[in-house]
Amino acid sequence: MISATLFVLGVRFLGSPASARKGNRFLAIGMLVALATTVTFAPRYDHWVFVVLVVLAGSAIGIISARKVRMTAMPQMVALFNGLGGGAAALVAAAGWPGSTGAASGLALLTMILGSLSFGGSIIAFLKLQEWLHVAQRLAFGLRISGLLVLAAAVAGAIFMGTAPSPGLGGAIALMGAAAVSGALLTLPIGGADMPVVISLLNALTGLSAAATGFVLHNQLLIIAGTLVGASGTILTQQMSRAMHRSLTNVIWSGQAAAQQAG
Amino acid sequence: MSLIAELYIFVLAVLAGFQVIAKVPSILHTPLMSATNAIHGIILIGALAAAFAVHGTASLVIALLAVFFSSINLVGGFVVTDRILAMFRSEQEAGRSS
Repeated sequence: MISATLFVLGVRFLGSPASARKGNRFLAIGMLVALATTVTFAPRYDHWVFVVLVVLAGSAIGIISARKVRMTAMPQMVALFNGLGGGAAALVAAAGWPGSTGAASGLALLTMILGSLSFGGSIIAFLKLQEWLHVAQRLAFGLRISGLLVLAAAVAGAIFMGTAPSPGLGGAIALMGAAAVSGALLTLPIGGADMPVVISLLNALTGLSAAATGFVLHNQLLIIAGTLVGASGTILTQQMSRAMHRSLTNVIWSGQAAAQQAG
Repeated sequence: MSLIAELYIFVLAVLAGFQVIAKVPSILHTPLMSATNAIHGIILIGALAAAFAVHGTASLVIALLAVFFSSINLVGGFVVTDRILAMFRSEQEAGRSS
């Protein structure tokens, strides 16, 4: 409850330049409270040695990479972190999926798709902003079509898996792979100038998958925080594309072509 | 926790999310995106819960990978946001108050 309040207040403070940094601190404190609460009230602590080691390793990498990166490389850093978050949401759902039933099972499958989609898309956004990757414009149409086809296949696979009698981990991994590939294919044709809008959209998507995980795990805080990001991220995405005097669909489907005509 | 109560929370959170973000100057779009990116690092608590409770090696590896990813997301996200905002302040102090 405390951390939920801190989250909302934090985002609010971020809304004006003067108090923005304070807002970020609020959010970080809220996060610590949330983590402490979760760990304190966890029903059991199997594998805690591994968990502590992995958290320390991840935090160290996070701090070092975030500190070392040049200011101009910030957007791709955000994209990369966002992708990892999406991947994490998908993996949590996958770990909890075998043995789940009914609505929880469906939501877990949804999370795997959304999270992996965000993962694949964000990695491509990172690579393109880093200028490690270039895509010929004439391939754009084919990439979009194949991205949609793979996504459709993933959704069909998820429906099949949801109705299958004995869910296994192998299917979950295959599903996540397919969704990640479709996210990558759909992001590939989008031009570098439009990337911030796309990252914001993928960010909202990751938020939603975190919220869906919250429903699966019956964790209220995950629902609140994930939904907050999903909702604010969606609005933010719209505002950003409006600031560019473009519609969101235009950015995603004909982004680069329009940019080339203008330039 | 019943599904109805969870849905109730969900809807309230959607409204809160829309509210807080509704009127933000466009210079703050980037730090806001970065901050919300850090917030969904909260998936770490889900990953922790999963890692504490899973059975079997394959599931454990998956859960630990989730812990790894989300801790990078969470910690890195906040540091990046702080750096972006720090740059803001120095720019304003330098007299660029556009």
